[in-house]
Amino acid sequence: MPGYLPIVLILLVLPRHLPAGPAAEEKRLSVYAAAADYSLAVSERNGRDYVGLLELLEPLGPVSARSDGLHWRLRFKALEMEFIQAKSQAKVGRQEIDLGAPFVLENGRGLVPLTSLNPLLPHFVAGPLNFNEAARRLFLGNVGTHFTAQLSHGTPPRLVMNFTAPVNPTIATEPGRLRMVFHREPVVAPSTPTLTFNDTAIPSATFAESNGLAEITVTSSVSLMASFGNDGRTITISAVPQQTMAAQPKREAEQIPAATLPPSGTGPALPPAPGSTAVPATPAGQRGYFAVVDASHGGEDRGVALTGQLAEKDVTLAMARRLHLELEARGVPSLVLRDSDANLTLDQRATLANATHAALYIGLHAASDGSGVRLYTAMLPAGGDNNGPFVAWDAAQSRFVPLSVAAASGVASELERKQIPVRVLTAPLRPLNNITAAALAVELAPPPGSAPSQLNSPVYQQLIAATLANGVAAMRDKLGAPR
Amino acid sequence: MIPRHLLIGIALMLAAALAMSAYVWRMRGRVAAVEPTADTRPLAPPVSGPMESVTLYVADDETGSLRVQGASIPLPSDRQQRAEELLRALLGIYLDKASPHALPPASEVRAIYLVDPGLAVIDLNAVFADAHRSGVLEEELTVTSLIQTLAANIPGILRVKILVDGKERASLAGHADLSNFYDVAAVNGFVAQAQAAP
Repeated sequence: MPGYLPIVLILLVLPRHLPAGPAAEEKRLSVYAAAADYSLAVSERNGRDYVGLLELLEPLGPVSARSDGLHWRLRFKALEMEFIQAKSQAKVGRQEIDLGAPFVLENGRGLVPLTSLNPLLPHFVAGPLNFNEAARRLFLGNVGTHFTAQLSHGTPPRLVMNFTAPVNPTIATEPGRLRMVFHREPVVAPSTPTLTFNDTAIPSATFAESNGLAEITVTSSVSLMASFGNDGRTITISAVPQQTMAAQPKREAEQIPAATLPPSGTGPALPPAPGSTAVPATPAGQRGYFAVVDASHGGEDRGVALTGQLAEKDVTLAMARRLHLELEARGVPSLVLRDSDANLTLDQRATLANATHAALYIGLHAASDGSGVRLYTAMLPAGGDNNGPFVAWDAAQSRFVPLSVAAASGVASELERKQIPVRVLTAPLRPLNNITAAALAVELAPPPGSAPSQLNSPVYQQLIAATLANGVAAMRDKLGAPR
Repeated sequence: MIPRHLLIGIALMLAAALAMSAYVWRMRGRVAAVEPTADTRPLAPPVSGPMESVTLYVADDETGSLRVQGASIPLPSDRQQRAEELLRALLGIYLDKASPHALPPASEVRAIYLVDPGLAVIDLNAVFADAHRSGVLEEELTVTSLIQTLAANIPGILRVKILVDGKERASLAGHADLSNFYDVAAVNGFVAQAQAAP
């Protein structure tokens, strides 16, 4: 055997065991149907994209499959199908269908090429079918969410995007652009992928779709913030208020540890526009809200019927506005998450609150039973452990529980000082467990010996709001500056 | 011509048929009158099994806490059935006129599934959640009362999942989260807090 042969063999084998470069993004197929919106993993076989047919059909109706040697039989509703391993022809009912590539049977799992979905699916699904194979987005029926974008040339200019159904995109900013990624929503392309606005601050927005996702990128020459309204059907994009932006560089330049900042060291952020829920989508380190005030419920979700006419959602909104003003008056920049009669999902509330990187989240509730104020911190669910850098959504609060308890304790002390009955408890109350900051919920009950209608009393609301604000202001150093 | 005796026979048979129809009609009406309307009360516990002392954690709206209450109820030997009887006994207190924490009439625990290791799944009926009073503490007291009563009497339960009508639900009545698993230790912590708080 030549002496160099072992070296050649090692050189041939070694690359297979060396760590590969960055892992390629997993290919996904998004399916949008009236029954469900879902996403499936796409596998590659012989350079072609494949998807599990059983997994694809399962959310759409009763389906079963069985394999028999090289044959794979599938029944969807009353329709029988037969596929054969490595064959490009399949039998659907009494018809022969060309799959365009061989069928793959692996461990009893039937994989069909993505190219076969166009000829296959009309046999299963009634109504229009639209499959964008390049972007791997499949629309079954008239389920697309359309949008319009309109720029109002004011100061600052505002880009208002109206969607035909509620949306909840992931929002991220980079210098010169704001990206909204729609993971689950069947957002469809406008007539032209690039919309231009003839404005220097917000010149254009571009729609793109790939790997089962839709993305709208808004280009800009200024830092932008996104506001949600109309039950998640409207996203308003505008420049971050200059006052907030001006306060930040000073803090960064000074490099003062957050916890040592004096209470008046930060300029107050401007309140969000009425009728909207707002979150600055600025990069980390460029927001200045210390507290996020979240008025629970809203829209069709009225919350507790406190009296015949008085709903919890109205009391929480009034309280949120009062608390916001009281916090601002004490130099504590705050953001009202719901500043209109709109409803947000709990996930939306948590996402928006986390995106502000505020130091404290305050959820507001109201109840007709008991008296005074009840303060709640998260009762974390079982099984939501965080592993290393990966944070479980349902237990995102776990790292911040000591801070939340400290915040609740500080606020309770202030309420006690004002002789307002107060209890501090844990509660299985979302979105507390999803918040990545100190988080507490405040449940406002009537004054001692009073009727629930007193929850609407401006005097009582003002007393509680001022006392809560005092408690938060006193805890400010302990909770630290916004992260 | 039809013989006379045949005519008489046919007439008698017709008369008998009419009489039987009238009788059946009358009996049907009587059965409908006797049949009770749908009973909205929970099922009574089975009498099989020896009487055993159990600890119930009963929600009390006045104090906003769970109070410990001893009870003696017949319990079967099967672990799952014991769990169901326990909660039925607890619901019996809540559905009583003098309940310290009223639940909607016809509230029921449909079933309890004990899954090892340490998981209990409580399936409530739709009325339980649909007509439950809304409020953070009110809902929390109900949920923790069910969980704590189970955990105190059935050893080995560490986590509890609550379903409504066999399905997952976001919350009991707008506040108490039902989308996640409850950690019995965390519920225990709440019970201690609630009892200690003024």
